[in-house]
Amino acid sequence: MAAMNFPNPHEAERIPGTEGWERMYPYHYQYTTDDPDRKKYEENMFWFYDGLHYPEPMYPFDIIWDEAWFLALSQFNTRIFIVPPALGIDHRIHNGYIYITPLPVADPSDIPKRAELFMKRAGYYYQNWDRLHDNWEVKMRNIIGQLAELKIPELPEIEDESVVTEGLGVSTGYRLLKAYDELIDLGILAWQYHFEFLNLGYAAYVVFVDFCQKAFPDIPLQKITQMVGGIDVIIYRPDEELKKLAKLSIDLKVDDIAMKGSASVILKEMAASENGRKWLEAFEAAREPWFYVSTGTGWYHHDKSWNDDLDIPLSAMGIYIEKLRKGANIDRPTKAIIAERDRLATEYRALLKTEADLQTFDQLLGTSRTVFPYVENHLFYVEHWFHSLFWNKVREVSKILVDFKFIEDIEDIWYLKRSEIKDALWDVVTGWATGSNSRGPLVWPKEVAWRKEVMAKFREWTPPDAMGTVPETINEPFTIVLWGITSESMSHWAKLKSISEGDLTRIYGFPGSPGVVEGTVRVCRTVQEVGQLQEGEILVAPTTSPSWAPAFQKIKAAITDVGGVMCHAAIVCREYGLPAIVGTGSATSRLKTGQRIKLDGSKGEIEILG
Amino acid sequence: MVRNVPSPDVIPFEECDITMVARVGGKCASLGECLRAKIAVPPGFAVTTDAYQVFLQDNHLSDKIMARLEGIDDAQVVEIENASRDIREWIETGTISERMEDVIAENYRILSKRSRTPALPVAVRSSATAEDLPGASFAGQQDTFLWIRGVDQLLLKIKKCWSSLFTARAIAYRTSMGFEHSKVLISVAVQKMVRSFTAGVMFTLNPATGDRATVVIDSNYGFGESVVSGEVTPDQFHVNKITMDVTKKTISEKKIYYTTDPESDQVLKLELHPERQKQQSILDEEILELAKLGKTIEEHYGRPMDIEWATEKGLPYKGQIYILQSRPETVWSQKEAKPVVEPKGSAIEHIIAGLIKGRSIT
Repeated sequence: MAAMNFPNPHEAERIPGTEGWERMYPYHYQYTTDDPDRKKYEENMFWFYDGLHYPEPMYPFDIIWDEAWFLALSQFNTRIFIVPPALGIDHRIHNGYIYITPLPVADPSDIPKRAELFMKRAGYYYQNWDRLHDNWEVKMRNIIGQLAELKIPELPEIEDESVVTEGLGVSTGYRLLKAYDELIDLGILAWQYHFEFLNLGYAAYVVFVDFCQKAFPDIPLQKITQMVGGIDVIIYRPDEELKKLAKLSIDLKVDDIAMKGSASVILKEMAASENGRKWLEAFEAAREPWFYVSTGTGWYHHDKSWNDDLDIPLSAMGIYIEKLRKGANIDRPTKAIIAERDRLATEYRALLKTEADLQTFDQLLGTSRTVFPYVENHLFYVEHWFHSLFWNKVREVSKILVDFKFIEDIEDIWYLKRSEIKDALWDVVTGWATGSNSRGPLVWPKEVAWRKEVMAKFREWTPPDAMGTVPETINEPFTIVLWGITSESMSHWAKLKSISEGDLTRIYGFPGSPGVVEGTVRVCRTVQEVGQLQEGEILVAPTTSPSWAPAFQKIKAAITDVGGVMCHAAIVCREYGLPAIVGTGSATSRLKTGQRIKLDGSKGEIEILG
Repeated sequence: MVRNVPSPDVIPFEECDITMVARVGGKCASLGECLRAKIAVPPGFAVTTDAYQVFLQDNHLSDKIMARLEGIDDAQVVEIENASRDIREWIETGTISERMEDVIAENYRILSKRSRTPALPVAVRSSATAEDLPGASFAGQQDTFLWIRGVDQLLLKIKKCWSSLFTARAIAYRTSMGFEHSKVLISVAVQKMVRSFTAGVMFTLNPATGDRATVVIDSNYGFGESVVSGEVTPDQFHVNKITMDVTKKTISEKKIYYTTDPESDQVLKLELHPERQKQQSILDEEILELAKLGKTIEEHYGRPMDIEWATEKGLPYKGQIYILQSRPETVWSQKEAKPVVEPKGSAIEHIIAGLIKGRSIT
């Protein structure tokens, strides 16, 4: 296959005017040629562009999550659970885009030993999954609580007298440095927990998928995920809360107020009546924690949560109130979903030919169903709830840097690496303590301005799908699930290439949910734009998250730039029986609102009609 | 009320079932089973193996045939050809007794009356007793005659079906497989002809992959013979039997089709109008209806099936679907049912084995 040739990472294109960009990121993320062994290693590995998580170039601060999962995933594979054939995943960055490669176990004779350890260790997790998972939730809620309570102290002109009378012996300068360390540490810790279960969950799922595809060569991946998918997954919870609030507003006869669009008006007018205050009480209860749901993936600082912009959930709630007023049923058809999930599993099972297969099917389906709620639920805890709080805490740190004129705008902090922020805070607190002038204002505004220019250039560059050398097999479960590394997805890339070379009438993505429809495109780049959706249009979005849920009440199909078969848009569309194509890479830029298209959710194919 | 005449020589499809393969052959037994499963099957009757045996006796052919085949082995191509020609001629020129002729004619008359068509066009097909059994596919080794009208033609074609048991190919096959020629009997199915708008075959598994959750339908305009014989590349549709989604459509360029000339009563092979060659030959609704029928038939038999079907169009928007015959699928069903993966004591052992195997990229 011609498309299987990818560029040598050391010969990858460099963008004029960005020279020196490497200092924006951790030094070990660079491809380098100065050491022959490292050079050879980099050339012999297969580096995927991680477009699934990073559709845009990395901000120097936001790379924190990449470093966090670099460590977390790898340690669990290599050092904790001892995944028999796979070590961790190595990371690099080029022109701001993250490339990753899974490392196989080099010596096959190590695998049996590793299998024995994995059996014992992973086996312990699988066997005690529910108990350990309950414990995980406690740990997670605990660190989210610590994060919420973490104070980022502002530096006073003179310290409060209590520092003396209580014999504290430390200054606010010290406490600021400590708070910043704690903030970063909590972030890294959240990601340690993130991977405690995830790869074990993926491993069970991947092996079940393999079994099903062997037994039923024609089975669509979507049907397999439907068989294992959970029902009470919290991905639906924020949306459920909105539906409840919509119903409550009608019951309390305050729905006219609830329909007023802007959050500030609604909240003010609600507070003016007794029923309104009852509704407000329920509203406030729902916000903690469900409104921490992000409007993006949660991976970028600019992904706002509902709590950051209450107009988003309140205008979405309006869609539900309208539906309810028309007498529509807005409840999830949970019973039908459970019945369909069980019917699929029962009917496929009944087609197996041997007792041995029935046993294997039961074992693997059982384990997949046990692990799957985690696979679906962890996103809310980490990427949504934790991250949403985290970004805002970093903004509090940023405010101090703005106050001390280190940067011009709160949102400039993202152009600094987390270690540079620590250095800058030292510069701040020593200057503050000494009464001297910090050097920061002479350094950072200039550097941030330059970095903004560099990132603008990065954005215009299209990263190659992969670099390096293609291996024969991939054994790392996370890579298999998220990047769908099969010969099929490779030929999918080949298709993308043929498109980039001229055929503009077709766009390909991953089949997210089956069905064929024709309709009119509505491109919504952010969740704020879903208000423009007309009944029966096809939603085209960079990605969706639970906060987009109300949009799915109106649309005929969904297309996203980013995501795999397990992404939010695919899950929700399968549930509502709408076709979806995900992970197209470029649908939001290539499709225009008003265009007619035909899409086939089973094939992942979009045809532009006009 | 039209009643069928009870006789050992003729049995209506309604009274056939799977226990009667020895008397009515696999095809007729199977059509009887379809009727039991409430599947629409064009009406008809079986001329039994008893009738065939009586015919041979009446014409003193049994011993004569055995003697003619004595000592021939499957490598003697020319000898087989000659023996075949002789035996077939003896059978086709033999006399059907008056008594048997009356029974067949009466049943044909009843069938015509039931269909409100004088001299009803019928399909006459052999229904071999060894055919249609998993593991011994004789399919295609006997003849089929379409659009047969009138008792005289019918009797002639019945004899032709009987003689088709002695085609050179059938003789060679039995000889090489060690089947005794005298033990293999034949029944004949006489079935009301469907004026097929479209027709074809359906497998209740994917013959290419063996996936039992897939139904594969091949379809062309006209009689199904163009599809069965392989003379056209038919349209092909895949339906997921569990979700009832059409998962794949391949529309082929269908050059020819078979139909009947109402004036000459001849079956014609015609070139399909160029505009229709690349059109989808059956409607989406019909694809799903067929798949449902396939599922019902498979459930009735408890095994994957190979089905011939046709649609008749009285109305322009939609056809009535008929099942013309159904037999157990033989290729995949014959394979030894081996576990998909080695059984293991626990899920984690499967997970370890699966991880070690990994995903192949190339």
